[in-house]
Amino acid sequence: MNPRRSRLCVRVFALVAALLGLGASAFAEPPATRLTVFAAASLQEVFRGLEPTFEAAHPGVDVVFSFAGSQELRMQLEHGAPADVFASADEALFAPLQAANLVQPPVTFATNGLVLVVSADRKATLTRFEDLPTATRVVLGAPEVPVGRYTAQSLDRMGGDFRARVEARVVSRELNVRQVLAKVKLGEADAGIVYATDARAAGGALGVVPVPDAAQVRARYGVAVRVHATAPEAAQDWVALLTGPAGQKALSAAGFGAPAP
Amino acid sequence: MIRRAWDAMTRLAGAVLVMLLLGPLVALVVATGPESLWAVRSHPLVGPALALSLQTSLVSLALTVVLGTPLAWSLSRARGRWAGLLETALQLPVVMPPAVAGVALLLAFGRRGLPGRLGFEDASLAFTTAAVVLAQTFVSAPLYVQSALAAFRRLEPDMLAVARSLGASPARVFFGVALPLSAGALSAGAALCWARALGEFGATLMFAGNLGGVTQTLPLAIYTALESDPAVAQALSVGLMVFAFGLLLLLRRLAPSGRAAA
Repeated sequence: MNPRRSRLCVRVFALVAALLGLGASAFAEPPATRLTVFAAASLQEVFRGLEPTFEAAHPGVDVVFSFAGSQELRMQLEHGAPADVFASADEALFAPLQAANLVQPPVTFATNGLVLVVSADRKATLTRFEDLPTATRVVLGAPEVPVGRYTAQSLDRMGGDFRARVEARVVSRELNVRQVLAKVKLGEADAGIVYATDARAAGGALGVVPVPDAAQVRARYGVAVRVHATAPEAAQDWVALLTGPAGQKALSAAGFGAPAP
Repeated sequence: MIRRAWDAMTRLAGAVLVMLLLGPLVALVVATGPESLWAVRSHPLVGPALALSLQTSLVSLALTVVLGTPLAWSLSRARGRWAGLLETALQLPVVMPPAVAGVALLLAFGRRGLPGRLGFEDASLAFTTAAVVLAQTFVSAPLYVQSALAAFRRLEPDMLAVARSLGASPARVFFGVALPLSAGALSAGAALCWARALGEFGATLMFAGNLGGVTQTLPLAIYTALESDPAVAQALSVGLMVFAFGLLLLLRRLAPSGRAAA
């Protein structure tokens, strides 16, 4: 083997060894307790914000999150995912999990209303919820997912043929609320109906039009501890943090409503 | 003795991969069962989605073969750095995460893309059935072009030269010699490309959206069903797999030489 080549070999070997070392260090020194929180995608910002508070109050506990659609998380739980806490954007998902003895009784910790988001191009002209049928392209949540179900209820409450007139403008029924938002943000759709918190997270580029009170539908968010949680005390404390003053303050700052009595 | 040990080793290694590839499919079929498969055929999502999937993936396949075969032919003749660079770049859509591919398609062909900038805002393709075909072609055509390119490169250059020297026109060489000799590999590539188009999900969801009868293909219908009724989604997936398996088998039959070439 010529010397140049062998030097290259040594370098490649060193690089591979270094990469392996990096990989191994991820497994080294597990913290005393790991709290695994499964949460609806819309909770991402608030939960990440609460993590330092929680970890400061619980030395030795490392909080790890898995954010996804509530329905996907429910399926993962049914297939034995090792979560300690499940926070769902749809309280209806808890009943089958409870029936299978997978989670303890849930607690409602927040609500979320609907708003109309309007693309930058149309926000000057589409300023009232009643004007939604004038949009050329509307995207809504699919009726199979919670936001789509609430949207349909809301459109129905507008009365008359409002829902039919809006649905005539629908070009896509998205499978999660972030996809509705993405298409309005990209300007491909003129308007979409999302949760108030998503609209707030999107910043100022979009127009945000409130849904009239009479047509408003509020999603109820619930949280439950898994029956065979690996960190049951930390899990209870996470639930207590959410329902306590610090959690409620963070949720309210993100646009969530207080749990209705 | 050594030969036996060698055979055993290769078979064992092969068996591990076969288990990994087929295990989940078998589990899906077993968990679904024939009754629910039969029950799901009348589910409202199924009919329109199946029809749309068939139409769009076949149009996309036709587009790929008609445009991709000449492309592969000229790339296989081309020499030089730029041809190599182009060939590598053409593989990128396969590597791209599908959702990103969808955003890229929106940026290129959506309202704010090429048509929008040229002043044809309403000519935007996003959220149309054409967008479904485009997304499918985007992710699947590179597979066909790659296998066609490999097939054309395997042809004996002397044979093509002889055909030319006997007075055949370049078109005649292509249609009379190159195509028939590569037919097996081309149809194997087409089958793979078609299967990929049929299963396309991420780019379609982003670029074409999800609207029953217009852009909701079978994979999108499956994902939609998964949100409300996982059992229906499972049955639909099994249906899609059985269907694709049958069609791939049929394609292999139609192109017997594909077995050797693929």
